[in-house]
Amino acid sequence: MKELKEKILRVLAKNAKTDLDELAIMLGSTKEEITAAIAEMEADKIICGYPTLIDWDKVSDEKVTALIEVKVTPQRGQGFDNIAERIYKFDEVESVYLMSGGFDLTVIIRGKSMREVSRFVFEKLAPMESIMSTATHFVLKKYKDQGLIMQFESDDPRITMSY
Amino acid sequence: MRNPLNKTITGIKPSGIRKFFDIVHEMKDAISLGVGEPDFDTPWHIREEGIYSLEKGRTYYTSNSGLKELREEICRYLNRRFGLTYDWKSETIVTIGGSEAIDIALRVMLDPGDEVLLPQPSYVSYEPCVIMAGGKPVIIELKAEDEFKLTSKQIEEACTEKTKVLILPFPNNPTGSVMSREELEKIIDIIKEKDLFVLSDEIYAELTYGEKHTSIAALPGMKERTIVINGFSKSYAMTGWRLGYAVGPSEIIKQMIKLHQFSIMCAPTTSQYAAIEALKHGDEDVEMMTEAYDRRRRFLLHELRRMGLECFEARGAFYVFPCIKCTGMTSEEFATKLLQEEKIAVVPGTAFGDSGEGYLRISYAYSIEKIKEALERIERFVKKYKIQ
Repeated sequence: MKELKEKILRVLAKNAKTDLDELAIMLGSTKEEITAAIAEMEADKIICGYPTLIDWDKVSDEKVTALIEVKVTPQRGQGFDNIAERIYKFDEVESVYLMSGGFDLTVIIRGKSMREVSRFVFEKLAPMESIMSTATHFVLKKYKDQGLIMQFESDDPRITMSY
Repeated sequence: MRNPLNKTITGIKPSGIRKFFDIVHEMKDAISLGVGEPDFDTPWHIREEGIYSLEKGRTYYTSNSGLKELREEICRYLNRRFGLTYDWKSETIVTIGGSEAIDIALRVMLDPGDEVLLPQPSYVSYEPCVIMAGGKPVIIELKAEDEFKLTSKQIEEACTEKTKVLILPFPNNPTGSVMSREELEKIIDIIKEKDLFVLSDEIYAELTYGEKHTSIAALPGMKERTIVINGFSKSYAMTGWRLGYAVGPSEIIKQMIKLHQFSIMCAPTTSQYAAIEALKHGDEDVEMMTEAYDRRRRFLLHELRRMGLECFEARGAFYVFPCIKCTGMTSEEFATKLLQEEKIAVVPGTAFGDSGEGYLRISYAYSIEKIKEALERIERFVKKYKIQ
């Protein structure tokens, strides 16, 4: 079952909308088995959700994504978890990661404009207790996100027919 | 001015379906399911090793038989994957693809007039290579009812006192057929009885679905009479790197090295360094690619059968070989009409031998999305022409 689950995950990771009947054929299983495996993984929070990957630049000019490097002084007895929670509770915060290296947290924010993101940073984020400093970088163009290439795929470079 | 060409080469007939191939190349917007190479790029760590070797200036000839480290890794790989034991020093040669290995093996083994048993449908190069080496190809027509596997009886019936070599192309291009350990065991007695040498083309050995590949050289009494051909093109998606190898009895390999030394010098150095990385760390990549191929294989077989085309359970390479006799058309007629009416290109089974008549080779070295799109059109076509 574990092997089947991993195979299912590898397919769903690329396409969450994969038809379950087709998935059953591709993995040599039955629809019942596949559905049961997926339900188990959802219950175990291995599968945490099925968000859709959207290229917002094509929808409106306004949306902007920022990647903020945050340096933190963790409070006594609290570690990073508390601060991370306070940050990720904001709707506009898309991701929060604890990092190794030159800074502590990566915070990814989506806003209507650069101005809106900047306001969020200096009104809500930077003044937070425990936050020592922030460095905000704006995403100019997304080439690949979550394993999917967002630009035009180049044509198949192979010779059309070969033995 | 006299004719510059020798009779043997001019005597080799050009591909019978050249005309069809030309039409395919003309059609710009056809979906082609006719390729014989993986749709994956060579895994990045392998490419990087090749690039790194160039940066380091490793641009010189290597030893004729290939880098020592590569030959050692090849022998280690064959041992851990297929239980074969070969000496890297005297029983291994690195070649320009499996193609060169096949060619030079035949050239060192055949005297003029020696007969070579050649099962078909199979890869198109075998027959011309046998002829160019001075040998005489004796075709064995593999049968659908045997799932295109080779039987002991077929070998026996095709043998004469002149038969010297049997070419064993499994996993098979174009049928996708494999021969299991048990099935191979059934043919080794007759091979030994007739004192034949086996040229085992195992280039698709990693691409098997279900039972793992068995090399005939692993069976009792076969190592001393088998040359195993393998390579990197299909398993590691390294077709353009042109790298393969042969392992076998030292007396044969020694002569192959001699021939290789004069016309080739050595296989591309960059490819050799990349290949070392592939063998050392590429197992996971192979597994991922094989898993992807398997998903497509299952889906393709399921759909083809559902639309009424008979297709045996192909368990190797990345081809299926459906039967289109239910439409009353020949393979070439079907393929040409399908191309013209639905803009789908597949390879007629006759490209691989007369015994491919009534069949098509459909490749699944494509994304599931592409396969689905092609299948829709094929289904429409089959519905139209299937004789009820």
